[in-house]
Amino acid sequence: MRDLVVLGGLSHPDLTKAICRSLVIEQGQVLSNKFSNGETSIEIKNSVREKDVFIVQSGCGHVNDNFIELLIMIAACKTASARRVTAVLPFFPYSRQADVPYKSGGNGAPSISTKKELYTFELAPGTPRPLGGSSGQGIGLNEIATSPLALNPVAFPNSDSLKERAALNSFSLKQPIPTLPNEEPSSGRSSLSTTPVSSQPAPTQVGAPIGTGHLNAAYTNSNIFEQLDLNGKSESGYKQWIAQNGTLIANLLVGAGADRCITMDLHDPQFQGFFNVPVDNLYLKPLLKKYITQYIPNYQDCVIVSPDSGGAKRATSIADSLGCSFALIHKERRAKVFKGTTSTHGNNHPTYNSNVANIASASGLSLSSSINSSNHNHHQHHSHHHHQHHSGSESIGGHSVVATTMLVGDVKDKVCVLVDDLVDTSYTITRAAKLLKDQGAKYVFALVTHGVFSGDAINRINKSAIDKLITTNSVPQIEHIEQLGDKIQVLDVSRIFAESIRRIHNGESVSMLFDYGY
Amino acid sequence: MPTASPNTIKLISGNSHPELSKLVAAKLGIPLARVGAFQYTNQETAVAIGESVRDEDVYILQTGCGEHTINDFLMELLMMINACKMASARRITAVIPHFAYARQDKKDKSRAPITAKLIANLLQIAGCHHVITLDLHASQIQGFFRAPVDNLYAEPSVLRYISENYDVKDLIIVSPDAGGAKRVASIADKLDVNFALIHKERQKANEVSKMVLVGDVTGKVCVLVDDMADTCGTLCKAADILLDNGAQKVVAIVTHGIFSGGAIAKLNGSRLDKIVCTNSLPMDHITAQCPKLHTIDISGVLAEAVRRLHNGESVSYLFNNVP
Repeated sequence: MRDLVVLGGLSHPDLTKAICRSLVIEQGQVLSNKFSNGETSIEIKNSVREKDVFIVQSGCGHVNDNFIELLIMIAACKTASARRVTAVLPFFPYSRQADVPYKSGGNGAPSISTKKELYTFELAPGTPRPLGGSSGQGIGLNEIATSPLALNPVAFPNSDSLKERAALNSFSLKQPIPTLPNEEPSSGRSSLSTTPVSSQPAPTQVGAPIGTGHLNAAYTNSNIFEQLDLNGKSESGYKQWIAQNGTLIANLLVGAGADRCITMDLHDPQFQGFFNVPVDNLYLKPLLKKYITQYIPNYQDCVIVSPDSGGAKRATSIADSLGCSFALIHKERRAKVFKGTTSTHGNNHPTYNSNVANIASASGLSLSSSINSSNHNHHQHHSHHHHQHHSGSESIGGHSVVATTMLVGDVKDKVCVLVDDLVDTSYTITRAAKLLKDQGAKYVFALVTHGVFSGDAINRINKSAIDKLITTNSVPQIEHIEQLGDKIQVLDVSRIFAESIRRIHNGESVSMLFDYGY
Repeated sequence: MPTASPNTIKLISGNSHPELSKLVAAKLGIPLARVGAFQYTNQETAVAIGESVRDEDVYILQTGCGEHTINDFLMELLMMINACKMASARRITAVIPHFAYARQDKKDKSRAPITAKLIANLLQIAGCHHVITLDLHASQIQGFFRAPVDNLYAEPSVLRYISENYDVKDLIIVSPDAGGAKRVASIADKLDVNFALIHKERQKANEVSKMVLVGDVTGKVCVLVDDMADTCGTLCKAADILLDNGAQKVVAIVTHGIFSGGAIAKLNGSRLDKIVCTNSLPMDHITAQCPKLHTIDISGVLAEAVRRLHNGESVSYLFNNVP
């Protein structure tokens, strides 16, 4: 491996070190710095002329800084006459922005729409700026915290990737939102002892240097937000959308000069098609299977559970190859049109239901809190293996969006293994764990490839019904281990990446890694 | 061939400098387009589009600023360009008053990246058809693009500021380094005043350099002119030398006031009488901390450039005149 050079970015130096150790080579020296004005500066210390260069950079931490650093490193290697440059992205940045956000009840993207004549830019959700400027951009956490009722469920699409993360909120409904009921049901909420306010999806920017003081004054004119109809359309008729950045990220990497990419468990398998260069998407599945067979007693009896319908394929393939049974948690929000008034809507507490829905969808809490009230509703079919949890329903102009979390499959007295590719804010996985425990699961494992844990995800997991969380070091986990202690276990993926680098460098087949792992 | 149907200007503001965007929009008499960028909790950027830009003439204003956000704003710009491209905009122009990474424009060491070239490439990959910028650090950066670049000058605005605020009689224009001599000579010519130059003399490589003044500044009001002020070390040192050589007072005029590191404290403690910069970068937070700072509004120049570009008129008028 004379011509092999492995360089590492600032995002995950430990992983780079481990990969180099597995390959038994010296890590290439890179001087990565920041100028005082914030510009990234790169200097590659070793010669890379006619070498096969691999650059390891994960999509974590300050994502944009790390991504630009990667691009500059690729370009630097290219201008320094490297023969081939491969970007190794253990966790691919922006991998969730390849697709249109999931449309909940046809609501489309979260809306920042306003009436054209009322529009000022303050209304657009902005990146909070560190500068104490006068602009009122960015919807700060504080505003939301002080006015939880300004939240509009419509503004959150039922996409876990978006609803949980987007700072798009505070839009008024056509109907006034009722006040919070004091007799809010607390059954089954004890393990998640969060209030709607504190469990808000933390909007935007968790970077420490980004001051929030600026945001305090921002956003005082929420009353001029345009009212949205059920379909998320504004009165100007334009349906707001979120741009999909997947292709752009692929093009930027290729444009900077990357000849190849290596990544792991891409959120969207289609992402590979965005590139005009080869992309090796490694799988964690062999390692996960190994973990299940070795560490879960009587693993044949356990149930593999997918926390959402999107991950069903991933979970079933593991369940099939292990011979385990499979269950699926499905959350749907279906729009229902009611004839007549809301009195036909349910047998009791129509207002109450919409309150619950507001809380539940705004806070993204475990939706089972409202079982007691909404199981009386007659409009859902119950079958033997369908355990449904209504979160209640929102009445919007004669329509109602019914949010339902249901478990398909039997988990009673079973050991459950939740399988997902990514945990970010951890709403989905903690909600799923709660539901499993409520349905009588004995023990809940959560197997996650990429543990990003942004916002207050760690706290949520700590309080959740997950008994054991298994993730990988595709992003740095040291801090998470400190905070979660025994609850988290981290699998090492450096050997998988090292082996794939060795194979690619030597021109051997990588597909063996797909089936057997390393 | 049928002529293209008329379209309108859509001005989109990035999050880097909304104040300037508002000024430009007001000068153009149009509202800002409802396109905005935001960040998720995991710090990924996303762009929301709230109005149609199909077949429109899109201008995206984003400047390179912020010690912790410069890369965020860059990604934001790329994503906004790409989003507009995907939304079928007819033409996308990036308005970048301060072009970030402009100083990394040459391979001055082995294996140093030419990042300015990379940024130029990235902008074009994202789908940018045209670039408007202001006082590029090196005008050769225009050659990094395959798309047309309009490099506007702050010089006319600076000239106007000088002639409105100072008596030309006892004025002398000074360049703080040899590289800026051309810029300074041009201003001195137009004002018909003398100019001086401060030369950094290096006895040995990597040794703290000694500054030498070339020219006579005794009793004069010295105007230091440069394209950007970052850490302000050079400017403060230059002010000392000028005053030691008998200058009456020293004023610094720069196009881009980056003021990173401890620049503000340095300026407050320096012997500079005044520092003037344009609002190509957000200045509100700095003016509060630094009473010596004055700003020149260049939103008019940008707005006029946008208007002329949209209407297919010549932009070169702006190189010598203030709109």
